Amino acid sequence: MPEVQIIDIGDSAARASQAAEELPDMPGERMVLNMGPSHPATHGVLRIVLELDGEVVTKADPDVGYLHRGDEKIAENMTYTQFIPYTDRLDYLAPLANNVAYALAVEKLLGVHDKLPPRCQYIRVMCCELARISAHLLGLGAFAMDTGAVTVFLLTFTEREKIYNLAEAASGARLTTSYTRIGGLMRDIPPTWCGQVKQFCDEFEVSLAESETLLTRNRIWVDRLRDLAVVSKEMAIDYGLSGPNLRGSGVDWDLRKNQPYLCYPDLEFDVALGSVGDCYDRYLVRMEEMRQSVRILRQCLQQIPGGWVNDAQEPVSIPDGKITLPSKQKVLSSMEELIHQFMLVTEGVNCPPGEIYFGHENPKGELGFYIHSRGGGVPYRLKIRAPSFINLSILGELMPGCMISDVPVILGSLDFVMGESDR
Amino acid sequence: MTSLEAAKAIKDKFGDLISEPVEFRGEISLRIAEPQQIVEVCSFAKSMGFDYLVDISSLDNYGDDPRWTVVYNLRAIVNGAEIRLKTDVREEKSELPSVIGVWRSANWHEREIYDMMGIRFSGHPDLRRILMWEGYPYHPLRKDFPLAGKPTDLPGVAFTRVTPMEGGPFVTVAGGNDSIAREPRVRVPEDDEVELNARVEARGDNKAMRGQAFGPGPMEKK
Repeated sequence: MPEVQIIDIGDSAARASQAAEELPDMPGERMVLNMGPSHPATHGVLRIVLELDGEVVTKADPDVGYLHRGDEKIAENMTYTQFIPYTDRLDYLAPLANNVAYALAVEKLLGVHDKLPPRCQYIRVMCCELARISAHLLGLGAFAMDTGAVTVFLLTFTEREKIYNLAEAASGARLTTSYTRIGGLMRDIPPTWCGQVKQFCDEFEVSLAESETLLTRNRIWVDRLRDLAVVSKEMAIDYGLSGPNLRGSGVDWDLRKNQPYLCYPDLEFDVALGSVGDCYDRYLVRMEEMRQSVRILRQCLQQIPGGWVNDAQEPVSIPDGKITLPSKQKVLSSMEELIHQFMLVTEGVNCPPGEIYFGHENPKGELGFYIHSRGGGVPYRLKIRAPSFINLSILGELMPGCMISDVPVILGSLDFVMGESDR
Repeated sequence: MTSLEAAKAIKDKFGDLISEPVEFRGEISLRIAEPQQIVEVCSFAKSMGFDYLVDISSLDNYGDDPRWTVVYNLRAIVNGAEIRLKTDVREEKSELPSVIGVWRSANWHEREIYDMMGIRFSGHPDLRRILMWEGYPYHPLRKDFPLAGKPTDLPGVAFTRVTPMEGGPFVTVAGGNDSIAREPRVRVPEDDEVELNARVEARGDNKAMRGQAFGPGPMEKK
């Protein structure tokens, strides 16, 4: 007969006495409210410890790290190519843009970032802009829903579905795309893809106009957003904000313009800027960015080298056996290609010793990779500058003084992703 | 002003403290010999226009002395110039001054480095862990920390503080004789205290139980 075990669980009364011991001056007027880590308006697992005086927030302490997976540690233990699938899971609303950012960082370390074939550059730009639209659409839909406008969410999710289909057609996966490779792309886009993108652009412009009709001049929307959580220019720079949050405060900084990469110099687009730096400006900036993305997509469709079908067999990867994998057919018939394939798969792309930082204009802001290499196919240290992480650090400054019902609005206007913030 | 000119200006101002600028892939790096003077160098860089702190990262040169390298990536928003400052910190000290007074964005970067590498920043107002939980005993990005992790106790129920309302009026107290005792409209704090003390005494071992994690962590071998 098993021994009887007495399980002693401290009851609430015992905990109350513990509370009396530990918190002698229990607040009479201030109330501590634990928002998150699982709360629908925190868009993931952000936890904010709010201190309230009635309905007014007096202190906010964001607590991140609930989604920490140790991506930087993992990166030190695998080759550069093997890390690409992990970048899908950073900002999981824009995996295509993360793939491009990471590939460009490693290519900068290799010194081949300006040797990318033009067709590859155009496809990468189209992927980035589709990812931007997709991420902004989710941000907008969730933002509007948290503020009480549920219809917009339905509209934006219909459009996002089409972008997922495009990602699937290009890469084979809807979310975990891993579409780029060091020195190029996994494969060329299918022949029907450009036509689908064009159709998407046409439909999306209509849908975006509809969302805009529902929000931009909506009295409730404007009243709740205007003059809320104002971030001045100086403050935005001081806190290291990036992306639409930085431009919403009127700072003219867009990496696509200021440090151009890929084929962005050949494309015409405007950088949207806010004037006040409140939640409404950040919303307007995102809306305009989506329109500019469509503009970029349309230019890409016109200018893409090789055309929509690529009859001329324009390459999409750098034809260098030391960087990109050779075609499977050649691996099985030629000695040199076999050796290249073997070396690339087992040891990885041989990077020179050195250190680089590459910042990419991701939907959420500047996604940067600092790579410290000591040679070989594995990074010695890979630091991810996650825009969501840095954008969140301003919360403690923004929230005090606002009402508790403003909290979801501020969170929605900052538009962050915890997968990226916590890495 | 280009990045190289800015680097030369910093070198001229501080002399031997700063190494010769190193260029790799168009990026300029400067090494600062004495980590204690990082704030002076950063303040000067900011006065030259480097108003945007892009990132702070850290390196573990495991097996070398000094063991740590802290890397600051700076940018001037006005003209797009960028510069990288690096400084080495010895393992025995594992501490350098915080640059939070220069750029406020340094706050979370420095907390992250403290959390992941275990380098402390003197003068930081709120140096606690940020990605790992409070009370976690290791620094996971160190090279001597295994990729698979180490067994650790997860914080249990005792880790969270009691809700502030508990013990107040209109909150149910378990174990009362009748509904009035369980949910009193008015609480007399003295009565509560007597009752609670009696209960705590009756439990006896309750105090020893407090503050302990409940059960082994998930990675512990059974």
